[in-house]
Amino acid sequence: MNAMTKRETRIAVSVNGLRKAYGKKVALDGVDLSIGEGEVFALLGPNGAGKTTVVRILSTLIPADAGTASVMGHDLHREAGAVRALIGVTGQFSAVDNLLTGEENLHLMGRLLHLPPTERRARAAQLLERFDLVAAARQTPATYSGGMTRRLDIAMTLMGRPRLIFLDEPTTGLDPRSRQIMWQIIRDLVADGVTILLTTQYLEEADQLADRIVVLDHGRIVAEGTPEELKRRIPGAHIRLRFADVASLDAAARELREGARDDKELVLRVPNEGGIRSLREVLARLGDDVAVDDLSIHTPDLDDVFFAVTGNQPEEKTR
Amino acid sequence: MIALTTLIIAAQDSATMLWREIKHSIRLLRLLIVSAILVPVVMLLLFDYVLGGTLGRGLGDAARGALYVDYLVPGILVMTVAGGCGPTAINVTMDMTGGFVDRIRTMAVTRGALLAGHVGVSVLRMLVATAAVTGVALLVGFRPKASVADWFAIVGIVAAFSFALAWLSAAIGLATKSVAGANGFTLPLSFLLPFLSSTFVPAGSMPAGVRWFAANQPFTAVVDTLRALLTGAPVGNIPYLALAWCAAIALVSYVWAQAEFRRGTK
Repeated sequence: MNAMTKRETRIAVSVNGLRKAYGKKVALDGVDLSIGEGEVFALLGPNGAGKTTVVRILSTLIPADAGTASVMGHDLHREAGAVRALIGVTGQFSAVDNLLTGEENLHLMGRLLHLPPTERRARAAQLLERFDLVAAARQTPATYSGGMTRRLDIAMTLMGRPRLIFLDEPTTGLDPRSRQIMWQIIRDLVADGVTILLTTQYLEEADQLADRIVVLDHGRIVAEGTPEELKRRIPGAHIRLRFADVASLDAAARELREGARDDKELVLRVPNEGGIRSLREVLARLGDDVAVDDLSIHTPDLDDVFFAVTGNQPEEKTR
Repeated sequence: MIALTTLIIAAQDSATMLWREIKHSIRLLRLLIVSAILVPVVMLLLFDYVLGGTLGRGLGDAARGALYVDYLVPGILVMTVAGGCGPTAINVTMDMTGGFVDRIRTMAVTRGALLAGHVGVSVLRMLVATAAVTGVALLVGFRPKASVADWFAIVGIVAAFSFALAWLSAAIGLATKSVAGANGFTLPLSFLLPFLSSTFVPAGSMPAGVRWFAANQPFTAVVDTLRALLTGAPVGNIPYLALAWCAAIALVSYVWAQAEFRRGTK
């Protein structure tokens, strides 16, 4: 690789004005993205926002209707073969071969990648070890748990040492423990210098993993930034006070004058823009007479972001 | 040079997919033995033992003085080949509906390799099943009179017909997009067309409406070729007709399958 292309590939993914419609249903309505090498980039949005369509276009599965896109400096349309050699895709639906054992699945990838036999065996053994699949290596995925299948899926993606990995909803349908393991796997990939484009409908997941987040809604980008930037953009920081009885709640509401009260829960939410100083102020105004049962400080999370930028609550997610 | 490299990579990718399909066939062995070998063997036994007496007497000149089993086996062998269509179409459909094919499409893998693997293993399965059914036929009294050269021709014709039907099944599997559809659309191939051919009785003995179709459809050309070779009768031009049918079916099915495969994702 010469110096020229090396400099160009500092941008891992560059997308301009991407559009895609299925019949009359618009899936993507002019999406621009720029992802740097080594970055974890999250596409966040509810079902049907267009996340998977972006992944399917960028992984060369389907053509876009309009717009340009390049991956590692290769035009997606003209140099699809070169793009395919650099990417790895773990889709929403399991892409393991259910009639081959875990080990055979990895060897299949190795053969298709034309790895020499010794390297193929070594890499497969190493990945089985890394993803805790050694004991299950000789079994077919029919006997695997959801988390194990997903780990095998990612291991297959890694056989080719891709420089850019697409993870389409990598933890959807996994139990909490498997989700934690998957998050650690993703963090380890980042440590190896791999660029990751992640899609998720879990706001917490994007917050935990991503360097930058794009919020998609109905095929358009509605917000973009680091998790911190997104949180800063929206109000929502507050102190939550819970009281023992209605009398205390009344007294507190009188003293503080501002804030939203919830009589059922005996809770008062007081805006807290000034950090510790305003917290001290709130407590001073309450004095010693008002009995506070519980106090907690809330910083806005991505649910608040979503609400602020789309005006909709994200659909209730079942995990 | 680049063309040669591409060709070698294509061959390697196809071999890898064939390796995968052979593994699949081994994992599904019991299922395949039932559908590929047991069904034609049952047909052989039913038609030979149960119906063979009457059918054999009714054949008259067509039997050339031989037993009905000698008339029947070439047709049963063609049915054995056709019996492999269902599993092939179903395997292709299942591969296309799973996430696996998307993974392959995002890799720098030769585009046609996946289908080549399916077709290759399909032909292998058909040949193995045909050999096994031939073995059973010999046990129940089939006495071929083919010379060594005839046997080479027989294997060649069976392989050509298998190749043609394997591509046709692959195309059907790609076009139907559901296991039920793949099964349903291959059923006429494996069940209806053999009956409407010279498999069990000569086409000439059929009612007028069916006769023309039965006499001129590809199964009859292949069955008649095998029958002539196996019974040591003069073959005439029939082998060329059979090979022409195989080539035509293979070519049309190949083009159809490639078009369906490209259309696969939108």
